Amino acid sequence: METLFFLIITLVAIVSAILVTTCKNPINSALALVMTFFCLATYYVMLDAPFMAAVQVMVYAGAIMVLIVFTIMLLNIRVDASKKHSHKVVLGSIIGFFTLVNTAFIVIKGHVASPNGPLTGEMIRQQGHTELIGREMFTNFLLPFEITSILLLVAIVGAVILAKKKI
Amino acid sequence: MENVNSYLIVSAILFSIGTIGVLTRKNAIVIFMCVELMLNAVNLTFVALSRHLGNLDGQIFVFFVMTVAAAEAAVGLALMIAFYNNKESIDVEDVNIMKW
Repeated sequence: METLFFLIITLVAIVSAILVTTCKNPINSALALVMTFFCLATYYVMLDAPFMAAVQVMVYAGAIMVLIVFTIMLLNIRVDASKKHSHKVVLGSIIGFFTLVNTAFIVIKGHVASPNGPLTGEMIRQQGHTELIGREMFTNFLLPFEITSILLLVAIVGAVILAKKKI
Repeated sequence: MENVNSYLIVSAILFSIGTIGVLTRKNAIVIFMCVELMLNAVNLTFVALSRHLGNLDGQIFVFFVMTVAAAEAAVGLALMIAFYNNKESIDVEDVNIMKW
């Protein structure tokens, strides 16, 4: 049952990812991308990471996609089918295909091995995923978390300066 | 739970589709969306391996990837608006002022 569900989600994710790259209208690409994000959120739920799924839906499908759709509508881009692709289509497809072959080869031939951590599905259900993430983030990863706030501040200032006509 | 390899294969397929999109499309916003797709493929790898190895560090890293993606969205879209104000177009082939 779960395998069937996994296959359906995989099918939807891959079809919508292909639609992202092939749609003529950027709005359609954006909607297909939202569908892919929801499929990824489903994967996260299947991987016992419900908090990551919630963050995925809120941050990606919510915030970032709203920003992208807003920009598409703000710029009022004309859909021009004749010059959708550049002339590098063949080269790009070959490089993409080799990326796929290479990564799939490594995944199939390789063996995932590392010292196993303490996390189990039982522990996640008992303590709650959010609590585990929060505890980890505010103890072991406190410094990167604080640096993240500086990164966001720089991004805000940069966006404002770039979008202004006269500084 | 599915085998971790199936998640990694899905992630590889999504990443390759994103690569093809980045290399072949001309619209800067669609290229940007394909980059987001690639970032999400990597996030899926992180979460799958984190669950498989029983270690939360990968999921914390996904947070930082999301933060960088949000910052990139803000700055990148501001860049596109600034470019559109200059050239009335967001085709990447029109970005040729610095071409040698």
